[in-house]
Amino acid sequence: MRLHVRHTTHFEYNTALVYAVQRFMLTPLGFASQRVESWKITAPGMDKALAYSDGFGNKVHLASLANHQGPMDVVAEGIVESSDAGGLVKGIAEIAPRAVYLRQTPVTAPSEAMLKLATPVATKDTLPFLHQLLKQIHKNVEYRLGTTDNQTTAAQAFANGNGVCQDHTHIFIGITRALRLPSRYVTGYLVTGVGASSTAAHAWAEVFVPDLGWVGFDAANGICPTDNYVRVAAGIDAASVTPIRGSRRGGVAETMTVEVVVEIAQQ
Amino acid sequence: MSFNEMLGPDGKVRLPYSKVESWLKQLGPSDIERALRECDARFRRQGITFAVYGDEKASERIIPFDIVPRIFAAQEWRRLSAGIEQRVRAINAFLHDLYHRQEIIRAGRIPEDVIIQNQAFVPEMVGVNPAKGIYAHIMGIDIVRVGDNDFYVLEDNCRTPSGVSYMLEDREAMMHLFPELFAGQRVAPVENYPAMLHKTLEAVAPSSVGNEPVIVVLTPGIHNSAFFEHAFLADEMGVELCEGGDLFVSDGWLYMRTTQAPKRVDVVYRRIDDDFLDPLSFRPDSSLGVPGILDIYRAGRVTLVNAPGTGVADDKSIYTFMPDIIEFYTGEKPLLNNVPTWRCSNPQELKYVDEHLAELVVKEVHGSGGYGMLVGPTSTKSQIETFRAKLLARPSNYIAQPTLALSTVPTFVDAGIAPRHVDLRPFVLSGDQVRITPGGLTRVALKEGSLVVNSSQGGGTKDTWVLED
Amino acid sequence: MLGRTAASLFWMSRYVERAENMARLLEVGYRITLMPGAVEGHRDEWQSTLASAACLQTYTAKHKQIDGTMVINFLLFDEDNTSSVKFCMRAARNNGRAVRTALTRDVWESLNSTWNELAQIDPATITPDRLPSFLDWVKQKAMAFRGALLGTMLRNDPYYFSQLGNFIERADNTARILDVKYFILLPRPTDVGSELDAQQWAQVLRSVSAHRAYRWFYKDSRYKPWLVSEFLILKDEMPRSLLFTYNWINAALKDLGTLYGQRYECHGLASEIQELLKNGNMEEIFQNGLHEFLADFMHKNNALSTAIAKTYNFP
Repeated sequence: MRLHVRHTTHFEYNTALVYAVQRFMLTPLGFASQRVESWKITAPGMDKALAYSDGFGNKVHLASLANHQGPMDVVAEGIVESSDAGGLVKGIAEIAPRAVYLRQTPVTAPSEAMLKLATPVATKDTLPFLHQLLKQIHKNVEYRLGTTDNQTTAAQAFANGNGVCQDHTHIFIGITRALRLPSRYVTGYLVTGVGASSTAAHAWAEVFVPDLGWVGFDAANGICPTDNYVRVAAGIDAASVTPIRGSRRGGVAETMTVEVVVEIAQQ
Repeated sequence: MSFNEMLGPDGKVRLPYSKVESWLKQLGPSDIERALRECDARFRRQGITFAVYGDEKASERIIPFDIVPRIFAAQEWRRLSAGIEQRVRAINAFLHDLYHRQEIIRAGRIPEDVIIQNQAFVPEMVGVNPAKGIYAHIMGIDIVRVGDNDFYVLEDNCRTPSGVSYMLEDREAMMHLFPELFAGQRVAPVENYPAMLHKTLEAVAPSSVGNEPVIVVLTPGIHNSAFFEHAFLADEMGVELCEGGDLFVSDGWLYMRTTQAPKRVDVVYRRIDDDFLDPLSFRPDSSLGVPGILDIYRAGRVTLVNAPGTGVADDKSIYTFMPDIIEFYTGEKPLLNNVPTWRCSNPQELKYVDEHLAELVVKEVHGSGGYGMLVGPTSTKSQIETFRAKLLARPSNYIAQPTLALSTVPTFVDAGIAPRHVDLRPFVLSGDQVRITPGGLTRVALKEGSLVVNSSQGGGTKDTWVLED
Repeated sequence: MLGRTAASLFWMSRYVERAENMARLLEVGYRITLMPGAVEGHRDEWQSTLASAACLQTYTAKHKQIDGTMVINFLLFDEDNTSSVKFCMRAARNNGRAVRTALTRDVWESLNSTWNELAQIDPATITPDRLPSFLDWVKQKAMAFRGALLGTMLRNDPYYFSQLGNFIERADNTARILDVKYFILLPRPTDVGSELDAQQWAQVLRSVSAHRAYRWFYKDSRYKPWLVSEFLILKDEMPRSLLFTYNWINAALKDLGTLYGQRYECHGLASEIQELLKNGNMEEIFQNGLHEFLADFMHKNNALSTAIAKTYNFP
């Protein structure tokens, strides 16, 4: 599938920005089932931004600006061709030792209730177990906007029985890490229909399955990623791969609106 | 019976102390009083103070300085420094390994969770390649002596160890007050520490930087307990003392705000804890740090000293593995002893600790500065019971060690000269090479029988001498 | 040099100058209460001291009554009052501590020892009979600080920024004292030329330690509003006059411009004010209104302070 992505983040302020520095984790990598045909980030200061790859293989940009008047847009846009690999992610260089993906953070740490889903299984049964876990979380935790925020922990969302993709993913990796399966938090995009747009990017989990490799699990939708997905960045939790994180002086009363449009590109 | 460093077990004066012992004998009470008064005035006038947290009234105090020096013979020091250097090299190799291939975990020498789930482990550091592969450029290794040839390492301070300014000021004060004492013997100088620090910092500048890297000291500000030291070191090295607000990231580089054009910065000797270093990567509510500095660092455009994430090597839960760590990376047996340690996270070891609380020293795994610890033998019954409740509520938060009979050195107290327990913090610099200051900071517990030497708990300091052959 | 370092040096000197000025004002205020005259007048005198110190509002917000002991305590020791001697000395010392490396040992030790001694003083022990010697002590400490600064600091940017702080504060202080006397203290026109009037002009001079200098300078022992104003505004010989302070401000800015190889907007602003004072004459000033003149001056002085902060990247 050839997908056209346009991810716009719009900022407004009541006063001018004296200074701002922003980190973008908005660049998809190419790998076996994903080819990045074109990609561009447009933002103030982007022409002189620092670009580097982090220990998790993500492409990171750090842009700064001074004395900016008026609103500001950060746009990540491009065309990505993806194919359905049943969720299997192959061909991304691994820098971080796999054990790092076992680290529980305050938002992934599993509760007693979550651990009830963490049944140890034989190595060969790992994949079926993960599919079952996927269905279970999808069923138990209803997708509902506005019931959680970006500070919500997996344990809280699991107890409340609802949340958004971030919460589903934290729950999933909290449980799989408890089973000593390296798991990571992945950000990206998802096409939901022709010409559909949404107000947020997507997130799902990837687990290292022995003898197989990294496999994606989208617990919010109860499926493994298909060719409808564009994978952007991976880390140990949502905070570690926040698409845009910034700090500023001036720029009182910031408001932020996000628009994501993912469409099937014309041939 | 503790080892008395001046008078050996046979009651005879040990050789390194022979001059000082006879000097002490001829020192009259008025000399002492004059010296103590001068010292106090000197330190206060210069503002050599530290802050005690939670003590509103006397928020700035001077650390009591004792005029009887603590002395090592050249030979003793050679042995000690070999052990220290071995330890420091191992720690840097260990840190590099933890943030790269984690061979030590793969080899099964240290449990995965002890590292991976450790709060002081910083995932952002994974895959980062600091200049010269050094993480802990400045370390303070806390060492105690229990016998003539018997030394133990208590703690490896790999984050932002402080105290070096006291070491230097103590020497200044001694040379000023008692110049005659230095005349007859060769005491290894310590005053070149700032120059060595400067050299070390220069040596670890990013490789892209030319001959004269711009170095700064980054302080949390004047209310920090070690602010005096931050200012002192910046001054001695002739570099700027910055607060977070003085530094900023622009177009992918780090700069400082000056009265003229912004100036590029290459090396930051930061005295701010990891958590507060960069709100973009760590605590978002921190205003002490510099937003974006960690990204600049990860991209290799600035050096942070010490590297973020070094705390995992001085964590008390790691301490017990130090002998293994040293062997794993150096292929040698450790030259310095570790204190036998019970990990309270282990139920069997907890049981032992619980049953022997009155004999043990119990410390918080993540604590420092002598806060939140129990010294069994010098505690009251009710103190022990209060502590027991805390221990049993969160056993994994504690480790326990036998109460060591710390050596003593004669010390001036109200009643005259009496032995008091001491420890030693030598300062170790790692850059292009390992540099160890001869001596270090001797801390002394001024209360009779006390084993807690921390300045926040009523400890003082002594000038520390290494005699040259 | 860091912008923050420049700011700290500027404020360090400014606060010491402010503390010294406060001591002078209190000295005069206290002196008045000792003079024979209406007992009832005391309250007014303390009120005028508070007004001259620009502390009347903050004082009345905190205290219902104007009482000598309370006023003295407020102006000396109350750390809620950003002009109290204690607040100023703490702020000066903290600013100095933050830039310890830019100071000579003598300058730092004078600040540090002053604060250490001041911090030990129990306000209750500064009873009226001990007040004069305490105020002397404050003045001496401030002068020792300035002496250390003049005598030991290299003539480069740290020195220039501390000079700027010192003289901008002094200019503000002199202008305010004059304005308060002229505009606030004598509401009834009939009082002009009265004994009370003369006494108040004498106090103005005293509060800038210029009453004897005035007599030498004008060879006149009667304090005439016209001459007092001239003395404090236009006379370069008088070290607390507005012209004097602006000559020093301009010298410091000029040296800074030479050192950095660049002049900015603040340079123009400062020399504009200097010209205004150089070419000023009292006839015109009184004709257009002394109060208007002083208000305009204080506004410009403040604008200069802001411009300096902006130009040299104060945080």
